[in-house]
Amino acid sequence: MPLAWQGRPLTFMEVCGTHTMAVARTGLASLLPATVRLISGPGCPVCVTPVGFIDHALALAALPNVTLTTFGDLMRVPGSTSATSAGAATAFSSTAASASPMAGVPTPTSASWSTGRASLLYAKALGADVRVIYSPREAVAFAAAHPAREVVFLGVGFETTAPAVAAALLAAKQRGLRNFTVLAAHKTIPEAMALLAGASDLAVDGFLCPGHVSIVLGPEAFVPLAERFGRACAIAGFEAEEILRGLASLIAQVGAGKPRVDNCYGGAVRLGGNPRARALLAEVFEPCDSAWRGLGTIAHSGLAIRAAFAALDAAKRFAVALPEPREPAGCRCGEVLRGVLDPRACPLFARACTPDTPVGACMVSSEGSCAARYQYGLEAAS
Amino acid sequence: MCVAVPMRVVSIKGQEAVVSAGGAELTAALDLVENVALGDYVIVHAGYAIQVLTAEEARETLAIFARLEL
Repeated sequence: MPLAWQGRPLTFMEVCGTHTMAVARTGLASLLPATVRLISGPGCPVCVTPVGFIDHALALAALPNVTLTTFGDLMRVPGSTSATSAGAATAFSSTAASASPMAGVPTPTSASWSTGRASLLYAKALGADVRVIYSPREAVAFAAAHPAREVVFLGVGFETTAPAVAAALLAAKQRGLRNFTVLAAHKTIPEAMALLAGASDLAVDGFLCPGHVSIVLGPEAFVPLAERFGRACAIAGFEAEEILRGLASLIAQVGAGKPRVDNCYGGAVRLGGNPRARALLAEVFEPCDSAWRGLGTIAHSGLAIRAAFAALDAAKRFAVALPEPREPAGCRCGEVLRGVLDPRACPLFARACTPDTPVGACMVSSEGSCAARYQYGLEAAS
Repeated sequence: MCVAVPMRVVSIKGQEAVVSAGGAELTAALDLVENVALGDYVIVHAGYAIQVLTAEEARETLAIFARLEL
């Protein structure tokens, strides 16, 4: 029985939104020995994106002639500004004045928006042209088909998603598109894991490493966690069986006292990762310090658009005034993302904050720890 | 959201491929991968193939999905 463990209590962390959902959906944690705890870390890209990015996106959506394209998870994340403030309402109404059937429709009351704060969904309801897409390719195609529109794509995601956005930026540049830009907030997960491995208030014995980030980066990306921080690492796929295999490896590594990076995801993860994806990442992006919700600013943990692609950088193309970033009062997403607070221990959880009325990003995103816990198990925190 | 099911390459046209899994088909860009052939399997993320697997390599993952009756 590879999952048996008689030793001291162990804590393992997964850092992948898809792992979070799979663990919650399958009830997998209940199968683990009582001495083995699996917690969620900062693996949900939308959740770790700070509120200032939402504010920036909202400001761009309010510009005349802008079509904002985004992955769906970002739509309901609250920004800093009040939905009912004159500023927000006026901005979107003016955008919509001539184009939208929603123009002139009364501002939704705060009762229908739990935090009373603006979100991209709210901006869309007021007439801003915000569109949910599946792939950044669609945004490039839309820009090519609508040369009179300024098409902005919100680039959020880890090393799995960033190569796709890099490819889209390169394609737009090669096609000579002048109306396609990306507001980039991509992040790199190994740096956040290293921060957590060194945190004094969090004793993580090992990491379940994300399968698709590993496809792009290769298992080498996690070697410092094993060698420098002495943490067990297992790369795992996304089905319950694959996650269990990863956990069995972590337990075995701790038992043997020999932390390493074990690839439990099979042939898809290769030494060196995906060289072409990595080359595209390096061509389009450069490392930058990046702010994470809950973790603060982590050195070299972000991907900024290189100067050669500055014409395609929405942050450089459009000058907009941004409000002072303000997290929702009482929201403890930061502690949840660091793995130090169980979602059920947050006073807002399942009370003020539900998937229908999310206060924090971890309840908004379908991959968030709070959304997963709400959907698949409301029993009290043990 | 990561979808891990390997999708079989049905046709290739330029930098795009039609890929198929469980009766579902979609078009995936091939910008991020090299040496893709008909009958290979690819893992697709946000509209882009991010890895190529031979049928042999894909077999283990596909077997898990088969047991799940997806």
